[in-house]
Amino acid sequence: MIPLAQRETPLALRRRLAGFLAFAVLGLCALLGRLWLLQVIQGEEKRLLSENNRIRLHRVHATRGTVLDRNGQVLVDSRPSFDAVLVPEDSSNLALTIENLAQLLGQGSADTNAVLQQAKGRPAFQEIVVKRDVDWNDLIAIETHQLDLPGVSLAITPRRSYPLGGSLAHLLGYVGEVSEKEMAADPQYRMGDLIGKTGLERGWEKQLRGVNGGQQIEVDAVGRKLRVLREVEEVPGNTVTLTVDLALQQATEQALGDRDGAIVALDPNTGEILSYVNHPSYDPNVFAHGISAQQWRGFTQDAHHPLTNRAVQGQYPPGSTFKIVMAVAALEEGLVNPFTTINCGGGVQFGGHFFRCWKKGGHGGVNLHEALVQSCDVFFYQLAQRMSVDTIARYARAFGLGLPTGIALEHEKAGTIPDTAWKRRRFGQPWYAGETLSVAIGQGYVTATPLQMANLIATMATGVRYRPYFVKHVATLDGDVLEETEPERVQVLKLRETTLKQVRDALRDVVQSERGTGKKARLKRVEAAGKTGTSQVVKLGEVRLKAQQIPWQQRDHAWFVAYAPVEKPEIAVAAVVEHADGGGGAIAAPAVREVLETYFRLREQRSGRLYAQDRSAADRPL
Amino acid sequence: MLKIDRRLIVHFDWALLALVLLILVCGVATVLSATYTPERLVSAVVVRQLVWAALGLLATLVAVSFDYRRLESWAYVIYAGALLLLLLVPVLGAVGGGSRRWLTFGPVSIQPSEFMKLALVVALARWLHRLAGDQPLPLAAAVVPAVLFAPAGWLVLKQPDLGTALVLGLSSASLILLAGFRIRYVALTVAVIAPALPYLWAHLKPYQKQRLVMFLDPMADPLGAGYHVIQSEIAIGSGQWWGKGFLHGTQSRLNFLPEQHTDFIFSVFAEEWGFIGALALLALYLALLLRCFLVASRAKDNFGTLLAFGVAATIFWQVLINLGMATGSLPVVGITLPFFSYGGSSLLALMIGVGLLINVSMRRYTF
Repeated sequence: MIPLAQRETPLALRRRLAGFLAFAVLGLCALLGRLWLLQVIQGEEKRLLSENNRIRLHRVHATRGTVLDRNGQVLVDSRPSFDAVLVPEDSSNLALTIENLAQLLGQGSADTNAVLQQAKGRPAFQEIVVKRDVDWNDLIAIETHQLDLPGVSLAITPRRSYPLGGSLAHLLGYVGEVSEKEMAADPQYRMGDLIGKTGLERGWEKQLRGVNGGQQIEVDAVGRKLRVLREVEEVPGNTVTLTVDLALQQATEQALGDRDGAIVALDPNTGEILSYVNHPSYDPNVFAHGISAQQWRGFTQDAHHPLTNRAVQGQYPPGSTFKIVMAVAALEEGLVNPFTTINCGGGVQFGGHFFRCWKKGGHGGVNLHEALVQSCDVFFYQLAQRMSVDTIARYARAFGLGLPTGIALEHEKAGTIPDTAWKRRRFGQPWYAGETLSVAIGQGYVTATPLQMANLIATMATGVRYRPYFVKHVATLDGDVLEETEPERVQVLKLRETTLKQVRDALRDVVQSERGTGKKARLKRVEAAGKTGTSQVVKLGEVRLKAQQIPWQQRDHAWFVAYAPVEKPEIAVAAVVEHADGGGGAIAAPAVREVLETYFRLREQRSGRLYAQDRSAADRPL
Repeated sequence: MLKIDRRLIVHFDWALLALVLLILVCGVATVLSATYTPERLVSAVVVRQLVWAALGLLATLVAVSFDYRRLESWAYVIYAGALLLLLLVPVLGAVGGGSRRWLTFGPVSIQPSEFMKLALVVALARWLHRLAGDQPLPLAAAVVPAVLFAPAGWLVLKQPDLGTALVLGLSSASLILLAGFRIRYVALTVAVIAPALPYLWAHLKPYQKQRLVMFLDPMADPLGAGYHVIQSEIAIGSGQWWGKGFLHGTQSRLNFLPEQHTDFIFSVFAEEWGFIGALALLALYLALLLRCFLVASRAKDNFGTLLAFGVAATIFWQVLINLGMATGSLPVVGITLPFFSYGGSSLLALMIGVGLLINVSMRRYTF
């Protein structure tokens, strides 16, 4: 026999073994207790549930948050929509039910198959949306034919509604059904849920979506609702208030009319977007309904690109508006003083190429002030010959060109500010001095987005560059402010006061002087400052053609950037009109004038109304 | 091939085998009930389960055929082999139900994580049996077990298979505790792990998080994760005292219950056999566990004790977690009910474990 000590398991080990056994017995007893509770105590209740047999879990969709303009006007809302839904399990003959339903709703057999297809590979108790947003007649038809439609019921879901149609569409964005990928990223979403796809709807998805609720519903064998067993209230989304002023927005839309282009107005003291117009636009309601392939093709194949968010994605040569940067650079670098005069004879010969001034006969002797006011190209060609492209680029970037502004919209473009390094990178070639001349008048490789140009003129007006933003605050339904956007200073220009003053004076005279190219932007009671630009889309030959003689796609873009009032800027605007029938002064300046005019009229009206309200409050008897 | 000692046959632990076979029969019957259709009583799933059961019995016999003490020298080789298989899973593994857990060999798919449970027990028993005794173990004694557990636990967690990872961890912890690790170090370990919880939380899959949230607040998602548990509770509860009878469970048959023949098989059983049936099943598991603990305490050496206890602990934790989850007492993690749920690898691994238990049991009188 083996010695006892070796055979025996150590005492402590056995004691611990006994401890584990006690724990195991305890664990199983606890389970038994739980089973007792479920099967004996609650057994009757559970038996009833299982016999009546069916409990449906019904999602109650949270109403998506409202979007308001800065004055509380509704921009985006939600409305109830009736969806015809089907629970496959409650229908003994699914195909027949769908057939009946299709007949009632007048849908083709293709849709029927699609629904059947959808039903496959899904739990039979999960409801399928057969038709969204059924109209009144369909609603009544379904209700009255309920007996022929086992498993079919109507569900009310909130639907996104954009009462203004295409207005602000590129900023607001649109919602659509959640994709597989989006569901994988966030388990809160279920098949068929709506999610913000672009713009504000996408960027502020978390704040807007709210929290879905749910109901545990007891239903009978044909899926009729018997009673609600448990319920979780949904929480509606938060209200987002924009910095945009709807009245100004609509005036801005009118100012652009049905020409292709973009106009952006912002507050130069904060970066708040006041109006944001892209033309052509699209109606986001189309997306909320579920867009058809045909509609989508219509959008993507349209030569006018209605889905393009021109204000942040359109990269246009800025033309003469770029001379603002040139003037600042020249003054800061000490290349010119107020008395430096250059003679414009209608063009400059450089490197075997003749660079024309827009004015055929030339401007004669001009200083920096006049060169800006009359937009003399030759003056800036001369500056370009004294300045390296890298210096120009440095100043352009200080104004935010060549970089995304950082506005919270997806796919914002950076535009291009060329320099020697850029050219080597892009083309593997050195920079040629002649190319600097094109840059000096905002042509050549230079491109900028309308928002960047609005930012540029705002920066010129105040000396500070802000990050443009359009959400003022997010609040709960009860009005508790959850988050408020603070203006964000991106850059404070370190320029000499004299530089700023000289350029600003010239910009004022662009509008206020009779010789100014932007005189069509002049307002009655407020002084404005601005700069015109006309940018070539294609290099044309030596012969000057009238706009009407050129094919539409090759016509120039008209630019105008402005701010007002001159003394204490409140609003900065940039407008670009694509392929215009005339230059910036003729086409873009009047549009900007309309925007400014409306802005100051609204301001007057509103302060007047406020005043009247104050008065009436004061007049009330105590 | 073997020289069979007469004493081995005399001491063969028939009781243990009988208990396992009883549970196995109940399990196959319930799988049958969970998967039958009026057109076809015996589903392919049942046939496959029977094949696996037969293979499992064969494996049991193989596992008793050698002296378990030889495992002492094979322990780390076995562990390394299991780890290698686990490592192959992310590379060659087949995806099923959103996770990568299976290795396919021709017509057979195996789940290496199931075998890792056993391999880890063997390896831990090998390391701990020299230390285990009357003296409390120092903190340092837990280092090697932790090193053995970590790669296995991590690989399984990444599959992702939270349930199996949990069982690996709990079995390992049980073995270390049994070996004599001071209980106050457990408190220390918990204190150390607690701050890491947010990190672990961040690494959980969204659905896993959801299940945990759902468990704490079942109505947080009444349509998703909460659904399974609600349906399972209804199925079990509606069984009442005597059950609805074999093949008469309505809840499960109507496909209300997801994974009714694997992780939620107990709901089917409890619906059809009622509280009495569930009580009987629990009694069977308790008897099995008692038998296992008896084997562990009577083993003639520490290695045998730890080996037997390790297998017993694995069975116990799986029973506790699976039933806890089906009855809505614990969060839902994927875990099989030992000898009961459908699943080849799980059954095979457990049957080998039973073989080892019998092995330890019958050799308690030999040198």
